[in-house]
Amino acid sequence: MRLVGARHTLDVKQEQIMDLQKQNNFDPIFRYLTIACGGLIIILAAGILWELYTGSHLSLEKFGYHFLFSQSWNPVTENFGAASSIFGTLLSTAIAMVIAVPMSLIIALFLVELAPPQISRIVGSAIELLAAIPSIIYGMWGLFVFAPYMADHVQPLLARIGGPLPFFKGPPMGIGMLTAGIILALMVLPFITSVTRDIFLMVPAVVKESAYGMGSTTWEVNRKVTVPYGIQGIIGACFLGLGRAIGETMAVTFVIGNTHKISASLFSAANSIASTLANEFTEAAEPIYLSSLIELGLILFVLTFLIQLAAQLWLKRTKRKMGVA
Amino acid sequence: MQLKERSILARRLADLAVRALASLAAIIGIAFLVWIIYVVLARGISAINWDFFTQLPAPPGMEGGGMASAIVGTLLMTALAMLIGIPTGLMAGIYLSEFGQDTRFGEGVRFTCNMLMGTPSIIVGVFVYILMVVPMKSFSGYAGAISLAVIMLPVVTRTTEDMLALVPNALRESALALGAPRWKVTLGVVFRAARNGLITGILLSVARVSGETAPLLFTALNSSYWPSSLSEPTSNLTVTIFNYAMSPYKDWQAMAWGASFLIMAGVLFVTLFTRSLLWFRSYKK
Repeated sequence: MRLVGARHTLDVKQEQIMDLQKQNNFDPIFRYLTIACGGLIIILAAGILWELYTGSHLSLEKFGYHFLFSQSWNPVTENFGAASSIFGTLLSTAIAMVIAVPMSLIIALFLVELAPPQISRIVGSAIELLAAIPSIIYGMWGLFVFAPYMADHVQPLLARIGGPLPFFKGPPMGIGMLTAGIILALMVLPFITSVTRDIFLMVPAVVKESAYGMGSTTWEVNRKVTVPYGIQGIIGACFLGLGRAIGETMAVTFVIGNTHKISASLFSAANSIASTLANEFTEAAEPIYLSSLIELGLILFVLTFLIQLAAQLWLKRTKRKMGVA
Repeated sequence: MQLKERSILARRLADLAVRALASLAAIIGIAFLVWIIYVVLARGISAINWDFFTQLPAPPGMEGGGMASAIVGTLLMTALAMLIGIPTGLMAGIYLSEFGQDTRFGEGVRFTCNMLMGTPSIIVGVFVYILMVVPMKSFSGYAGAISLAVIMLPVVTRTTEDMLALVPNALRESALALGAPRWKVTLGVVFRAARNGLITGILLSVARVSGETAPLLFTALNSSYWPSSLSEPTSNLTVTIFNYAMSPYKDWQAMAWGASFLIMAGVLFVTLFTRSLLWFRSYKK
């Protein structure tokens, strides 16, 4: 009887070992599956670049590099140029950055240095909630609420202050370059703020305390110690915000006005690459029209790629320097 | 040296000014948040009623009508995008954190992933248009779901990697020492340890994707009928908001506000919910 029992347990063990063997055999498959999924990401990125490139070959052939500098955008005569879209994209992004960067820095400073922890936590989460609001909501709010407000209150004021300057000329319509830039600023603000806050938090307390010990005020500590210490990370954060702003579509499409014209006035309607794509892509019946739109997409993709590249290389270098990698 | 040249009063004043400015900036930021939420609430809630959830869109000028088809379409496409995007993202994240930490290929995947996260969503729309809509000769819900999945994939991948990296190595080593195969260690032990973080990250990515408009504009397009199959243009909330808001009809614009309210409430709810989960856990520790 005892013998039989022993035999039995032996069998079970062997079975378990066999089972384990089978499970181990699955390991390489699992490994390759994960590699394949990782590879899929690279294939996707390469695929986007390739499809955009081949999709725009018609317009690349027809217009060549003149596409970049030509202002005309005429579906009837089939003459297309990207200058006004590129200009609009860059200018609206520039406005956004001019507003968002100083504001983010000073809000981050408020969160880290000035506010009591409880308030800092609440304000910080509120600012981050701004990033969670979908861009179409910004568009709705921008078109129906913020643009009329700009037209009634802000733009007349700016026109009076601006006087003879060409930037604040023209009828205050509400929609236009300036409004788009301000809404963009609002949308990138949370990104820059949260990265900058993390960087401020990384500054060693000893460094700050020694500055305080010398009798510096809070502002002096920040200006001469905290900011110089974290300047590289802050620049990286700005790059990330820039990448966000440059490709933002819906909010801009709602309020920029969508005109293919370059104008010095920030009040006038304009367009950006993303807004042109959103508005005209489904209308483009002729192959050359579609191809030109795809080339616009290619330009935008390359622009964001370059910004991302710069941001990532920069942040990597910074991390290594600060020893946090 | 420089400090001495300025009187203590001037320094104090400068400090005070900056403090005031900083507080003001923070207040402005919050004021905009409150403004937006208030406007969407005030204008959206009046458009919400029973019909809104059960009826098809009505032509302009007609009374009533709802967003039922758009709600279903958005849910369907988001669900399909999750089915595609989450498993692939999880697997790619596993690769980055478990197998390819220090390899060249892993570096490349990580870099490309960051880059894809920064790619404008409208570019993804154009890509999927060329890839799917042109060969299939029709706008389709599948194309919409794929473009949402493409946007989700890098986000899920990076979250997974970050969350798995937080799991202590001792846990992996002890499981491996017991003779467990790698896949079992990863799925049974490492995943379980990182479960909360993973769920949070994935929920946040779903919330983000469900509010996306740009990638759907020329993939799923829109329609005013029930989505009978995902192989034809599929009705969805965000593109409907865009079309209705741009229309000159007051009642359509009101419907757009209602849909905006629905989207924003959903996205903010998921975001706040997951955030409070995170906060609660860190507080407990």
